Amino acid sequence: MKFTTFLTSTAAALSLGTAAMADDPTTVGFVYVGPVGDGGWTYEHNVGRLAVEEHFGDAVETVFVESVPEGADSVRVMQQMALNGADLIFTTSFGYMDPTIEVASQFPDVKFEHATGYKLADNVSNYSARFYEGRAVQGHIAGSMTESNVVGYIGSFPIPEVIRGINAAYIHAQRVNPDVEFKVVWVYTWFDPAKEAEAANVLIEQGADVILQHTDSTAPQAAAQAAGNVITFGQASDMSEFGPHPRVSSIIDNWSPYYIARTQAVIDGTWESTSTWDGIGAGMVGIGEISDAVPADVKAEAEAMRDALASGEYHAFTGPINKQDGSVWLAEGETADDGTLAGMNFYVEGITGDIPQ
Amino acid sequence: MDFSAINPAVLLASLMVAATPILLAAIGELVVERAGVLNLGVEGMMITGAVAGFIVASATGSAWLGFIGAAFGGAILALLFGLLTQFFLSNQVATGLGLTLFGLGLSALMGQGYLGVKAPDFASLNVPFLSDIPFLGRVLFQHDAMVYIGLALVAGTYWMLKYSRAGLILRAVGENHEAAHALGYNVVRVRLLAILFGGACAGLGGAYLSLVRVPTYAEGLTAGAGWIALAIVVFASWKPWRLLLGAYLFGGVTVLQLNLQAVGLSIPVEILSMSPYLVTILVLVIMSAGRAPGSLGKSFHASS
Repeated sequence: MKFTTFLTSTAAALSLGTAAMADDPTTVGFVYVGPVGDGGWTYEHNVGRLAVEEHFGDAVETVFVESVPEGADSVRVMQQMALNGADLIFTTSFGYMDPTIEVASQFPDVKFEHATGYKLADNVSNYSARFYEGRAVQGHIAGSMTESNVVGYIGSFPIPEVIRGINAAYIHAQRVNPDVEFKVVWVYTWFDPAKEAEAANVLIEQGADVILQHTDSTAPQAAAQAAGNVITFGQASDMSEFGPHPRVSSIIDNWSPYYIARTQAVIDGTWESTSTWDGIGAGMVGIGEISDAVPADVKAEAEAMRDALASGEYHAFTGPINKQDGSVWLAEGETADDGTLAGMNFYVEGITGDIPQ
Repeated sequence: MDFSAINPAVLLASLMVAATPILLAAIGELVVERAGVLNLGVEGMMITGAVAGFIVASATGSAWLGFIGAAFGGAILALLFGLLTQFFLSNQVATGLGLTLFGLGLSALMGQGYLGVKAPDFASLNVPFLSDIPFLGRVLFQHDAMVYIGLALVAGTYWMLKYSRAGLILRAVGENHEAAHALGYNVVRVRLLAILFGGACAGLGGAYLSLVRVPTYAEGLTAGAGWIALAIVVFASWKPWRLLLGAYLFGGVTVLQLNLQAVGLSIPVEILSMSPYLVTILVLVIMSAGRAPGSLGKSFHASS
């Protein structure tokens, strides 16, 4: 991977070099963890980048480097971008957090934005999306529709983001279906279609008739389709090619408005270091069309929940909720604070199994 | 914990499916290495086969034509490697690594416009009567045709290497290319044919992922399967039946660890996740007594 990184960063450097010779437009750089063609996470960030180009036309140049490993290589890529005149750099994976802070201190005039992290500096903002809101809606549909009462969940890595999603989905599945059971399988990858397919098959063989996933490929959808009576949800992108069944809805990442707004702030000179954590309401999380395979009443309830989450009148983590060991986490009517959510490392009551440490 | 949730027949059946892409790629590489050529470009040929097969299949609507296209795609990329290493005598290791990088880039380029498209169906065969046998029917006789083609390739390769004249020549070229040349065999031609065969097999393995296993195309679809295939060839000590065992072992432990997680076994998940690699390496190292073909990785030129 290092050699490809070298090639891509050289290519980016060259394109930046030529860009700098033009009429000095604002240059926005993007550092991607995967290939832009992954159909999921990086794909959606790149959609956001293209939206920036579309919105600003010649006033903004964008550059990107894809498949950048989360380590020393990412430092070099960011330095190269900054040296070549980038005004604003988005780094789009959790593992870039410390490299971003490090490079930002070397280039105080360049603005940095780190996705899904929590560290800040004068010229570093962070931003993330409240995907758990979308997972609450999925959980509601999953709990309502399962007949075997077994919901399979393909987990990527045991980090707060993923655990939050499992909890949000479970809480809302369990509220409509007290007998529901979650089976979680960890695959230790964000993207490995063959392994995701195997994980989905295993869960289906063990009785799951709903598959939720926190990985990026459509392989689980295909496995569900082959099984016939299993429903799934699109992840990161809509995955509507598998609709109306088995894919009955989806959570969509929508970074375009944020990227456009932040680029505008740099152009206007109003950019400030902030922490952004937006959900359905701000449009950062989209709920894909709920298909006709979902019964009309369930669909209406799910849409009502989506709208309540968007308007802020309902919070996806509203008590009473106990932790897995039975201790009280949230009292009746209490909602979770962002600090606890950001670092969530426990299951809620009712989920069996341990979180890998 | 309820182990009865794991159905052994289903487990065995799914390990055969999980192992097939690696098996196809590995059997091709085994022939290449027995001819004395080390082609590290398996991953690149696999992903090229995956995208070529997907393009052909979605254009024609036939998965079978897709597999043929994948074999050609892999072979064409392998031909590039063959020309560079056999005629221009480039370093095989460097060329193979370059081939992987090239294949990954080429497939990303070719795959533009095929993201999110579904592959045409490739139905499982239910072998009449045999598939109704309890247990064995489910394990052995309810697969798609490529699983059987993979097995047939292993058997055919075994027979070819051990009993046929062509296999004897191929092995001679791999063991000592100077001697084979002195006997009048065309070393370069034999090696080119082996390289083409290896590319075609790797292409089939990649297409099995994009057309059957997943079945859709995405960048980076093979996710390192080509490297596992390479490792299995070495650890199988260049013997076809051990290669089959290695691939099934790897596929089996992969599927088993996911099953164990789903029933809630209290072994740390990290250990379960690395277990396929560990077990495969361990068993094959314990078994391996073979040695590499004598001319493996060495360039040959008739004048030298």
